[in-house]
Amino acid sequence: MPAQSIWTLLSWGPDGWSDDIASGVLVTIALALATLPIGLVIGFFVAFAKQHEEPSLRLAGNIYTTVFRGLPELVTLFLFFFGMPLLLQYVVRLFNPDATIDVNSFVAGMIVLALIFSSYASEVFLSAFRAIPKGQYEGGYAIGLSTWQTMRLVILPQLIRIAFPGLENCWLSLLKDTSLVSVVNLAETLRQSGVAARVTKHSFLFYSVAALIFLALAVLSSIATSYILRYLGRREAR
Amino acid sequence: MSVSQAIVIDKPPPQARGWPRVRILGYALVGIWMLFGLGIVAYLVYAWNAEFFARYAPAYLQGLGTTLSLVSISMVLGAILSLPVAYGRMSKNPFLSGLAYCYVYFFRGTPLLVQTYLVYYGIGSFRPELETVGLWWFFREAFYCGVFAFSLNTAAYQAEILRGAIESVPLGQWEGAASLGLHKLQTLRKVVLPQAIIVALRPYGNELILMIKASAIVAIITVYDLMGNAKLAYAKSFDIQAYIWVAIVYLVMVEILRHGVEWIERRITVHLHR
Repeated sequence: MPAQSIWTLLSWGPDGWSDDIASGVLVTIALALATLPIGLVIGFFVAFAKQHEEPSLRLAGNIYTTVFRGLPELVTLFLFFFGMPLLLQYVVRLFNPDATIDVNSFVAGMIVLALIFSSYASEVFLSAFRAIPKGQYEGGYAIGLSTWQTMRLVILPQLIRIAFPGLENCWLSLLKDTSLVSVVNLAETLRQSGVAARVTKHSFLFYSVAALIFLALAVLSSIATSYILRYLGRREAR
Repeated sequence: MSVSQAIVIDKPPPQARGWPRVRILGYALVGIWMLFGLGIVAYLVYAWNAEFFARYAPAYLQGLGTTLSLVSISMVLGAILSLPVAYGRMSKNPFLSGLAYCYVYFFRGTPLLVQTYLVYYGIGSFRPELETVGLWWFFREAFYCGVFAFSLNTAAYQAEILRGAIESVPLGQWEGAASLGLHKLQTLRKVVLPQAIIVALRPYGNELILMIKASAIVAIITVYDLMGNAKLAYAKSFDIQAYIWVAIVYLVMVEILRHGVEWIERRITVHLHR
């Protein structure tokens, strides 16, 4: 292959594939960013349950992590992608006999990634919970804060700072796991690169591009997280 | 006497076990999980299909064998490959350590699925060149490509585990061994590694579990491992129990491993507990 043709393939426009891959990158970022808040909230509450003194709450939280950390990501994805429409259809048909349900692969991917992310994040939050001394709660109660206020005003700010490095790892694996959703036909980075690879027969080129894009996203995330860490650190110093 | 009395008196009264809101919530959540589990069991009983089982159970077993051999070969090859990488990471030579850093960064920073595609479809697309070198037989087989990609990937992770474990052993241990006249290799084998293994065991166990879970993705490059057979069974029967069974098998495997690692950890840290 002459070198020029590769640059044509990578150009922006009708002959090149950069625009298609760029749209895929946007989908990847959107998926990861949409999953993040849901996963963080679920992960926080699961961790809260796992460190609670109530045994039944701990049990419920532990089952959650055991299941979603134990299942391969791909199996969870397929179970939800193929199983959820069946279940929803069964439920909906109780009310409306001729309804059909179709699950959007973006939504299915978001749910599955949130489940996986939250089970890993809950472990991070749990160890952060354990790093906060009991005196912090007692101090909060002693100055008359309610349980919820203590959690929000005293515990949470410290928790986030302690959990942050662990959560960064969770975010990086979330970013990588988004590539799995390409398997259920979501047009994200890997899917678009795969299409380009199949059409142009330049598999190595386009899969390398996909790898470099993921690498670039990881580098960007670590730059962003170092900024956030510096911000958190400054808040602590004051 | 008075001390023990004081303790008895100072003890707060046992808390009343009533039904506070948290407990109701906890029981409700556990109840939901139980309903969920019972629902799956009920579904599997209700959808029990002797024909499905007779047809696909042998395939699942065979797939389990493929998964286990893929993971074990990759783990061993990765362990061997991780030695030079970890050496490079700890080396003072900037070229070596830079190279090792880039290797680790690439394989940890990109999805395993992309790496697998890159090997199977990417390298596989250079068929004429590979044929002249005589490597085509290797890259033609999806299983070998899976092993190749997985070994490279796990080598990066294992190198970091190894490095972390070796660096967790204080420098004084090396110095002490040197002052006793042990050379570097002896020190590593007899002094440092026994201490490093304790630190490394849990991460190695996690890596093994992650590999078993990640091995499901070779199903996408047409390897008939456990997941591949489940995909095949689903494609033929459109029966969701194909995936439920495979999920149960993976979950059991992971749980056995996790508890096994915990058991070994308890055994090898006996001397640390008093």
